[in-house]
Amino acid sequence: MSRLTLSTQNQVESTLEGIYNYMEHHLKFSPQDTCPIDITGAFLRLYMTQSCGKCTSCRSGLPQLSYLLDSVLQEKATLETVNEIERLADIITESADCVIGSEAAKMVAKAIKGFRDDFVSHIENHVCLAERTDSIPCVAHCPAHVNIPGYIALVNDERYEDAVKLITNDNPFPVVCALICEHPCEARCRRSLLDAPVNIRGLKRTAIEKATRVIPPERLPETGKKIAVVGGGPSGLTVAFYLQLMGHQVTVFERHKQLGGMLVYGIPAYRLPRNYLKRDVDAILSTGVEVKLNTNVGVGEYSIDNLRKQYDAVYVSIGAHQAKDIGIEGEDAEGVISAVDFLGKIGDEERIDFTGKNVCVVGGGNVAMDCTRSAIRCGAKSVSVIYRRRREDMTALPEEIEGAIAEGAHLIDLHAPLKIETDENNKVVAFWARPNMVSKIKHSRMNPVESGMDDVRFECDIVIKAIGQGTDTSGFDETGIPLERGLIKADNVTSIDEIPGVFAGGDCVTGPKTAILAIAAGKVAAANIDEYLGYHHVVQREIDIPEVELKNREYCGRVDMSERLPEERKHDFQLMEKAMTDKEAKQEAGRCLRCDHFNCGIIKGGRKAW
Amino acid sequence: MVNLIIDGRNVQVEEGTSILEAAKRVGVKIPTLCYLKGVNEIGACRACLVEIEGIDRLVASCDNVCTEGMVVHTNTARVFEARRTNVELLLSQHRVECPSCERNETCQLKKVAYDMGARSTDSYKNEYILIEWEKNVPIIRDESKCIKCYRCVSECEKVQTVNIWDMIGSGTHTSVGVQNHVKLSDSGCVFCGQCVTHCPTNALSVRNDISKVGGFNGGLNNPEKVTVVQIAPAVRTAWGEDFGLSPEQANEKVLAAVLRRIGFDYVFDTNFSADLTIMEEGTEFLERFTHKDQYPWPMFTSCCPGWVRFVKTQFPEFTGNLSTAKSPQQMFGAVTKTYFAENIGVAPENIYCVSIMPCSAKKAEMEIPNINDAAEGVKDVDCVLTTRELCRLIKAKNIDVAAIEEEEFDSPLGTGSGAAVIFGATGGVMEAALRTCYYILTGENPNADETFKAVRASNSDKPWVEAEYNVAGNIVKAAVVNSLGNTRKLLNAIKDGEVEYDFVEVMACPGGCVGGGGQPIHYNEEWAADRAKVVYNYDAKNVLRFSHENPEIQTLYADFLKEPCSERSHHLLHTDHFGWEAKWEAKDDN
Repeated sequence: MSRLTLSTQNQVESTLEGIYNYMEHHLKFSPQDTCPIDITGAFLRLYMTQSCGKCTSCRSGLPQLSYLLDSVLQEKATLETVNEIERLADIITESADCVIGSEAAKMVAKAIKGFRDDFVSHIENHVCLAERTDSIPCVAHCPAHVNIPGYIALVNDERYEDAVKLITNDNPFPVVCALICEHPCEARCRRSLLDAPVNIRGLKRTAIEKATRVIPPERLPETGKKIAVVGGGPSGLTVAFYLQLMGHQVTVFERHKQLGGMLVYGIPAYRLPRNYLKRDVDAILSTGVEVKLNTNVGVGEYSIDNLRKQYDAVYVSIGAHQAKDIGIEGEDAEGVISAVDFLGKIGDEERIDFTGKNVCVVGGGNVAMDCTRSAIRCGAKSVSVIYRRRREDMTALPEEIEGAIAEGAHLIDLHAPLKIETDENNKVVAFWARPNMVSKIKHSRMNPVESGMDDVRFECDIVIKAIGQGTDTSGFDETGIPLERGLIKADNVTSIDEIPGVFAGGDCVTGPKTAILAIAAGKVAAANIDEYLGYHHVVQREIDIPEVELKNREYCGRVDMSERLPEERKHDFQLMEKAMTDKEAKQEAGRCLRCDHFNCGIIKGGRKAW
Repeated sequence: MVNLIIDGRNVQVEEGTSILEAAKRVGVKIPTLCYLKGVNEIGACRACLVEIEGIDRLVASCDNVCTEGMVVHTNTARVFEARRTNVELLLSQHRVECPSCERNETCQLKKVAYDMGARSTDSYKNEYILIEWEKNVPIIRDESKCIKCYRCVSECEKVQTVNIWDMIGSGTHTSVGVQNHVKLSDSGCVFCGQCVTHCPTNALSVRNDISKVGGFNGGLNNPEKVTVVQIAPAVRTAWGEDFGLSPEQANEKVLAAVLRRIGFDYVFDTNFSADLTIMEEGTEFLERFTHKDQYPWPMFTSCCPGWVRFVKTQFPEFTGNLSTAKSPQQMFGAVTKTYFAENIGVAPENIYCVSIMPCSAKKAEMEIPNINDAAEGVKDVDCVLTTRELCRLIKAKNIDVAAIEEEEFDSPLGTGSGAAVIFGATGGVMEAALRTCYYILTGENPNADETFKAVRASNSDKPWVEAEYNVAGNIVKAAVVNSLGNTRKLLNAIKDGEVEYDFVEVMACPGGCVGGGGQPIHYNEEWAADRAKVVYNYDAKNVLRFSHENPEIQTLYADFLKEPCSERSHHLLHTDHFGWEAKWEAKDDN
């Protein structure tokens, strides 16, 4: 008789683990348009399966909560039911013996607080307020709502020009987005339920590589209306493109010597080569948009007031080009540069030589990674990224962090900036940081605290500050344009209530965000400015989308785009990422599940008109 | 062209043809519930699943197209099992109460389930949701009967473009509801009833008012009331369908006899008041036409209540373009409770006036606050029954329709001309009006069969029919449109200045009243065109072809109204379309 047994996984356990793994994956890609009460009920049932069964509150209380939630969904509840759910949930939270019961009940209590309106609507009007928006997840989650299944089908049919035309219906930067879009469209791709999201951006890249010349739509008849666009970044140029096509005359005022905004002055050429950006900008300008470069709007001749007098509408999209300070000693030293200035100089093709120099980059966002990788390309001897939280807390895309590390960057996380040490000539000699430890979580974000370890000195010649940017609003505040926390205050239709005829969007309204969000703001603004001027122009081209191909849904991994090897790419600013091969693109396009057909994207109620 | 094999048969079809349509061409029947050709091809119900060689899963045949070399099997055990199970799943959430259900004889779910041998209770627990609905709207939705085929959503969106119905809720609780979460009465619904006639079950129905007429406390059982009934033109084309009788067998005179058996004291004809409408509306048109600068153009017909509501909610700027003439139903009510009441010496409040209509919107029309002019506190029309309700009333009264002999309508509101009966089909009101206008302008009658035939044409290259006539040197540009989707296109074209007309006839339902929301239902079959032929046969056979020659109309004018558009006519037979509000709470994005 043996005294002890080794635990081994039986078939039930391994199958269950498989299901858990699958559901974990599934939850990550869950749609966001479901009824919150339904979801709460479903999760509550999961907790119920996990109850240990000892204490009454959890074992007998959670099922009662579940019945009550079901009665709401079955349209059998009264407003009294909501109070009872809340009361019972609070009691279970307080009286359960372990965290299974208390966390389950807390979730339900949170649900009532978070979406009481949904409960009331179910009960009083038998109406679920969940609005179905995610039927075609990629289209829903693309801020510009590009017809993604459509262009993937066109790429699959090798109709690349049509694919680009279709993209251009909602986004005049197909080339730019093919290279640098953060692809929120992929975040909830339904293909994830099978294996992994479709590589949507990669297929767009294929489309733009193959369709070398795409002519913009025909311009509608001249309306005689004039529009001023302040700031020639992605948002401003999007507005300019659509309004120009609608028959208005647009003039873009740009402070810098080049158009493109952060696409030039923020995104390094190894991610977005200038000849690629030029393709989109040229297409936009070919519609007849007028441009005034090196022109500062805000004061004098080009004050907002003057523009309002001379133009029928004004769109403000001045971006967020003002660096934020870290607020530590030595920030004014020689050798300290802001990300905006550093990337800006690179954007204007100033040669920067860091040969033999040690560089510290402060920050954990994508801009910090751009600075890191650019510094490496400028010949730096070493580049260290200093970040006060953990690597997983960084807002930079994981692939950007990995790319930087592959190119030789050192990642120093959990280190808070302390001071910049200088020599007698006020030149940077070192960066000091204080080690942090992981601590409590507030608002779902880990708050680091000092760990008690000794301060660390990083010897360096250059410090690049990449901790965020603000908007330079000088000259705007006096004109009555409302500001809030250093940003321009505009609503989600891009208009500014206080000043009719003035619209705003992009980074100057949202703070530094992505190109596609700025483009989306431009698309919305163009439509609303047209409407404001009394028109309902439509400039979208009808493109015939290929019929759905019937085929088996086989599990198939996602093709990611390859990059030039780190050792090779880190010495130059040439494009880093390679397009898919024809074979790769074909397979990837074939992975699209065509949610525009096999789901309620095919019915009116299942489609939101964007 | 693509070649494929369906159940061992070679088939050649055009590219883009669905598997379902291809199968139909070689005589292979595939059951459907949600499929509505060209309107709702969405693969929702899964009753039309088929097997395709090389494809692992079963495929909906309605929304997938044939490809070259495809090999399809529609009758394998696998297909059969899957279809039947899916139908049983639909039944599991359906309130199965077939014996008393209004759609007992026309329910597609019942038919498909029966044909497949699906069982309603054995397989799955039967659980459905009951949701209370507004009592006073003509269109009733019963969640417990809905099978989520979304045909109503698509019909309303694509054919009528009114967009009342929407998918609502999420997950497995998804169903159909009024868009923007408003009540139907606030939704801008025009009550055309096309969603009802395209519903495969009784989830959508027209409010049942039979008991108001034939019930214990109904009009027919009230000894103080004289009961009067009118029959709309289109009713006579369709009421026999429910009894398996041809329109020739179940004709208007048999219907007159049937209505007497049911117990109505006077059986009259809406054709009479259709002629009256022509006299009023035709005269109004000529008045407007000869004083062009004083009126907005074009003039629109006003006899279709779905259309009137549509214009008021969606194109209010055209409200003033509507003819002020009331519809034949309302003119009939107004004349019944004045002229006829005087004639028989009965007080208007003691007349119970029923109309039999092919229409659900008529139920709302009789409730319009400012529509009643006969007497204070009295409704001109007391109750509207649809053709379908008429058929149920006949069945409830156990009348053997096939054995009934023809009888004449009563006088003095029982004679109608051929020009009146064609009101039932698209183009009819226009043609009838033109016939009389021609007479007024030239002093001669046109050729009833030929002169204005063009407005009947359906082979137009536009979504509407247009015709131009030179009547005594006056050029009259006419347009005729049916279905609200086509109407929207026409109104937008007029707004944008692309087209210009003098006189436009609009019917909300596809094909006009013959295709109305109150007519008998035939799953996935549109009978409007066949019924229209019946209407034109009635016209051709009638000795009277012109409204102005109707002797009862002549008497009415001579004895009571004096002349068309007289003061009394204006009071009784015309209405102020601005005098009431049609609700429409829409979101900005509509």
